Amino acid sequence: MSPSSPSSPAPLHLAVALDGTGWHPASWREQVARPRDLFTAGYWADLVTEAERGLLDFVTIEDGLGPQSSRLLDPDDRTDQVRGRLDAVLIASRVAPLTRHIGLVPTTVATHTEPFHISKAIATLDYVSTGRAGLRVQITARQNEAAHFGRRTLPRIESYDHTDPATRALITDLFDEAADYVEAVRRLWDSWEDDAEIRDAATGRFVDRDKLHHIDFEGRRFSVRGPSITPRPPQGQPLVAALAHATVPYRLVARAADVGFVTPHDTDRARAIVQEIRAEQEAAGRGADPLHVFADLLVFLDDDPAEARARRARLDDLAGEPHSGDARIFAGSPAELADLLQEFQTAGLSGFRLRPAVAGHDLPAISRGLVPELQRRGAFRTAYEADTLRGLLGLTRPANRYAA
Amino acid sequence: MSKPLKQIHLAAHFPGVNNTTVWSDPRAGSHIEFSSFTHFARTAERAKFDFLFLAEGLRLREQGGTIYDLDVVGRPDTFTVLAALAAVTERLGLTGTINSTFNEPYEVARQFASLDHLSDGRAAWNVVTSWDAFTGENFRRGGFLPQEDRYSRAREFLTTAHELFDSWQGDEILADRATGAFLRDAKAGSFVHTGKHFDIHGRFNVPRSPQGRPVIFQAGDSEEGREFAAAEADAIFSRHAQREQGQAFYADVKSRLAKYGRRADQLLILPAATFVLGDTEDEARDTAREVRRQQVSGATALKHLEFVWNRDLSAYDPEGPLPEIDPDVDAEHISRGRAQVRMYRDPLATAREWRELAEANKWSIRDLVIETGNRQNFVGTPETVARTIDEYVQADAADGFILVPHITPGGLDEFADKVVPLLQERGVFRADYEGTTLRDHLGLTHPDEARESRAAS
Repeated sequence: MSPSSPSSPAPLHLAVALDGTGWHPASWREQVARPRDLFTAGYWADLVTEAERGLLDFVTIEDGLGPQSSRLLDPDDRTDQVRGRLDAVLIASRVAPLTRHIGLVPTTVATHTEPFHISKAIATLDYVSTGRAGLRVQITARQNEAAHFGRRTLPRIESYDHTDPATRALITDLFDEAADYVEAVRRLWDSWEDDAEIRDAATGRFVDRDKLHHIDFEGRRFSVRGPSITPRPPQGQPLVAALAHATVPYRLVARAADVGFVTPHDTDRARAIVQEIRAEQEAAGRGADPLHVFADLLVFLDDDPAEARARRARLDDLAGEPHSGDARIFAGSPAELADLLQEFQTAGLSGFRLRPAVAGHDLPAISRGLVPELQRRGAFRTAYEADTLRGLLGLTRPANRYAA
Repeated sequence: MSKPLKQIHLAAHFPGVNNTTVWSDPRAGSHIEFSSFTHFARTAERAKFDFLFLAEGLRLREQGGTIYDLDVVGRPDTFTVLAALAAVTERLGLTGTINSTFNEPYEVARQFASLDHLSDGRAAWNVVTSWDAFTGENFRRGGFLPQEDRYSRAREFLTTAHELFDSWQGDEILADRATGAFLRDAKAGSFVHTGKHFDIHGRFNVPRSPQGRPVIFQAGDSEEGREFAAAEADAIFSRHAQREQGQAFYADVKSRLAKYGRRADQLLILPAATFVLGDTEDEARDTAREVRRQQVSGATALKHLEFVWNRDLSAYDPEGPLPEIDPDVDAEHISRGRAQVRMYRDPLATAREWRELAEANKWSIRDLVIETGNRQNFVGTPETVARTIDEYVQADAADGFILVPHITPGGLDEFADKVVPLLQERGVFRADYEGTTLRDHLGLTHPDEARESRAAS
């Protein structure tokens, strides 16, 4: 049975995850890659513009508070891969005035940053992009990154694997902190009611202080008094997203996020993950709230599927080992990928976040190859239908929790 | 031989939370929509200004236990709006105030290095200190920093940030496709800092930025602030935009540089200044008077007095005489989150002096606040204002000015159109940008050149 029957496909959502020259560690060695431009605005503007050309819902921008590493929890001393990156929020902001429709979702690390700062930063990104901002929240258990801040030490763990009790306790703690972080950020976004600025010349009052709210967030790791210094952003609540691989992070997605990124390798697993997230959503009392679950896929795309597979093999050779990661790796043609996405979609996924193996090659292949293929199948938009990121994702502008 | 003409530096401050801005003026636009910042920045760049400046506040001010509601309030995040402005300008420097108390060096250094990359070398950091527990209630760190430690943390913060900026030399990225070497050195970005406030080590993950380090500004006026600026800063924001006070401040700060091994031209003195233009002197004076009336409503005047009296004065008539009771010097200050809390160190003396002034001049409370409050610095025709600014700079009262218009976002337009051409005619202000980075505009050397010249000597 082909799920790609043109008569009744549900429209799906598409995002791309931007990271350096692409997600394959040897991607920078491709002729099309621009490794020397990674630290320029022009490089990022070109990528995001290309994604917007493909009418994608949004881009995410990876970030981290330490050098990239081939190891999950420790730094490495490799010199053969891209190391170094710019602050993702600032990249997103720098490209915002150069784009008009696409959503901009930078990564922020909850473990070592201030919710007050990130709340106003994303609110400001929402202003500079007139309603296209989001935030992808992430934790880090890396000891070397904690040492960059010197405010806390984290116990050493061997992996993010959850079976060991000490590891599970640490990971749960970090995700609970991230949930608190998102809650504080969201309250700060609401800490100004939409009509708080009154400019009432008669009484001389610029704001109505009754419409400004202390948020009084008290968590285990921090407290925040509020209100924000930045008025409520255009979307009211910018998008919150998180990547999740297991129950504890699924719970964060279910409780706090608008979009969760997950990494199933087949449709059955996708269905199980979606069910688990939906159950957590019910448990958290958010069952009625819209929550998108996107699957992440790393993609090599060429019109000739053999060429995509050859490219993957070539890059693996250059890297000295086959690249594998959390997400399924796809190498093939846009039509084959469209088939796969539509099959995955039947598991209850509402969209996909594609990780281009080589940004300079696979991103244009998505926007100019995959997207037209999906459009032919009636499964993807042919024009931007909304002005805000929430609008593109079918999310309404939330009422303010503090408004009477 | 006469002294060569000094070149004037000009910058523009987008007023944030303040009572400078006449928000009730029909020409006043949004102070938060990005289109306002774009307009303001493009005007500043059209006028060939050195930079745009954004202040910062990390908690809404409160007075008498409630949020202060009479002034413009609400502002964007500094880094984020500066990064976006880098997209709509090409040469204008982008200067932001970032607090050294409620941030950590690794993150701030990343943000400034990123901003410098994303703006092709136009980033500047105004390092400020804050210590109050009130602001600290918004942060993990809390408000525990004792006042006497604020400059010690600020200095160590800046030192640490410089260590991070300098942890990349600038030649580490090879990106050699043939050999597969992306980095020359596996240890690029390595740093270790051990000190009273920060004990951190690891690898900084932003390669060296176009300016090497952002330009450093400092804004404190205290003895400690002046020393900090003399030791560390490239420019100092001052409050002294009048001629004599400006000259005294200028001479004092510049005289402190030698003991840090620095030349007098390595620290620019840039006072904040307001201006009011008119077709005639009389018209400008009338407009200036009207602006002051709008800036200081009766309600604002009473709040200002409460600030000194530290009492609820809402029962007083702002158009009437000053209170006969004395300030309450024992109670906790009723105003919170205001940088100026310590401006009146002896409230009893201030109250006495103000009562005498008001009595002698038959001033009401509102008159008193208008007359003793923010001085309007440059009032007159464009010719007068251009001449006065030039005279102040040539007389070493300043190296230039950071202009604060009283209308946003259009309040700079008239200055750009009418005063800047006159300064250019006088040969004291650039007709076009001569370089691409903010260091170029300010005549500052790149830190690498400074290092090389020290090494060679």
